Amino acid sequence: MTTVVSTRPAPVASPTARTADRPTPSERRAGRLLTAPFLVIYLLFLVGPLLVGIVLSFFNTTTVKSGLGDFVGLSNYREVLTDSLFWQSMWHSVLFTLLTTPPLVILALGVAILASRIRRGRLFHRLAFFVPYVVPSSVVTLVFLWMYTPQIGLIPKVFDAVGLPVPDFIGSTSGGWTAVVLMTVWWTFGFNFVLYTAAIQEVPADVYEAAAIDGAGPWQQIRHITVPLLGRTTSLVLILQILASLKVFDQIYQLLGGGPDQSTRPVIEYIYDTGFTAYRGGYGAAATMVYFVIIVAISAAWYGLRRRRAAGSAA
Amino acid sequence: MTTITQPRLAEPKGAVDGARLFDRLCAVCLTLFALIWLVPFVWALITSLRDDAAITQSPTSIFAGGWSLHAYSTAWDNHPIGTWYLNSLVISVLAVIFTVAFCSMAGFALAFLRFRGRALVMAVVTAGLMLPTEALVLPQFIEYRSFHLLGTFWALILPSVAAPISVFVFHSFFRGIPTALIEAARIDGASWWRVYATVCMPICRPAVSTVAILTFISSWNSFLWPLLALSQTKSQTIPVGLASLVDPTSPQYAEIMASSVLGFIPLIAVFLLFQRQMVQGIATTGIK
Repeated sequence: MTTVVSTRPAPVASPTARTADRPTPSERRAGRLLTAPFLVIYLLFLVGPLLVGIVLSFFNTTTVKSGLGDFVGLSNYREVLTDSLFWQSMWHSVLFTLLTTPPLVILALGVAILASRIRRGRLFHRLAFFVPYVVPSSVVTLVFLWMYTPQIGLIPKVFDAVGLPVPDFIGSTSGGWTAVVLMTVWWTFGFNFVLYTAAIQEVPADVYEAAAIDGAGPWQQIRHITVPLLGRTTSLVLILQILASLKVFDQIYQLLGGGPDQSTRPVIEYIYDTGFTAYRGGYGAAATMVYFVIIVAISAAWYGLRRRRAAGSAA
Repeated sequence: MTTITQPRLAEPKGAVDGARLFDRLCAVCLTLFALIWLVPFVWALITSLRDDAAITQSPTSIFAGGWSLHAYSTAWDNHPIGTWYLNSLVISVLAVIFTVAFCSMAGFALAFLRFRGRALVMAVVTAGLMLPTEALVLPQFIEYRSFHLLGTFWALILPSVAAPISVFVFHSFFRGIPTALIEAARIDGASWWRVYATVCMPICRPAVSTVAILTFISSWNSFLWPLLALSQTKSQTIPVGLASLVDPTSPQYAEIMASSVLGFIPLIAVFLLFQRQMVQGIATTGIK
């Protein structure tokens, strides 16, 4: 999911208000021609899969051969909604979201505030925190798998040295969740850090100066100025994080294979398994649509809330 | 600029010292934190330079057994890393070119031109922002198969071009351009295409770099879709290729870490070259 956070000023004039006269045929033709390439690809390859998914979910299509198969009505949906494995994998995606969202939001906020107070070493902080985000998930998995290796890996050694019990990172369910959450926090933290850093830079310096004159210490400035002013950013970071976490697949699939015993399998891997291991395309499409509706409902609720709040503050 | 607590004359001296001490403390915490964040990279690099026997015997004493580049040559010989790189590069570069070209054209038309269906196009594209496209891989797979696009690079390029966010980035930049400039160009006899290509595009270079960099990263790093779409061919991208090395029981630690280092070093280089545009791009669009 994506959002445009426009930092540009409002448009000077809307194109229709520009001139009172009617658009010339050449303007209309240019408009159609310039939009056409994008629009064709957009309709075919972004809207297309959605429509294909809706159609397939009513058929017993298989993934191995082409063709739709037979119309089965709502039976795919009935089966998905009563399949406990589907709801288990849905719960795993939700659990992953619950485990990763708080550290990724709070840590990013905290570190961005710290970083904003330090003027030296900007590039170094960006490098340390943001570079993991541009590294492919498979590279991250390879490195962490090595660090999680029992006995000789770095992380079991560190756990040992600190005196913590070393969980079985790859072989047990709770250890697996710990491993995946630690890895995800390391990997994607930089994205939220950048969003927060940009927002903090927008806070005008004179606000802090005024607070300092009034005798506010640095801690009070953070608590009463920075954090409240970042409310909108926090709401954005929160929803982006929730939606990204609900779409988790790469890390869990590569690090744990959804295991042990499917106990960490997220919903996208469930769809992947039904579609590409059991070859039940129609059924997988029905599961996709159920999952899709849940995601769209969450983002629509967020947009609605935000719009209402914006309208409320404008009034 | 940012948060600066200027020491003021009117302030009591104790508060200034307190603030300075606080900032010093922040700096120490932050540096520690950043160093911890770099550990996985450093650890991968160190491991890649050692040999497997020494690693298994004394994993944390990093000088045991001597260092060599041996693991890199075996990694390069055992896996077609060069081919994977080339595939990723071709796919990402083509994705960037088509995305920038088509999305800027659409953004321009939506910002300046009045034509039939403009409002409808705008509404449809806006609605597309909310579609979680990654969730739709299964129907996407079946659609691409019926178009016989699976196993081709087009299968990986087209989804990037169809991303509505890029149109919005261009659209919002174009709308910042004063309409007087465009009218002047029109009065001078420039065609709409010339207005787009020679007046507007040079102005919105920041938008081009934002879209280009973000498209490049997301195209380069995507995993699930290339895994499915290219499964029939030997030509994999670097993330999917390296994922085939994931094996918790493999004892070839140095070789695997050497491959990982080869997987992240170029991205660190790209980051160092474009870090400002990258951070700017993420800050203005919330692409994830």
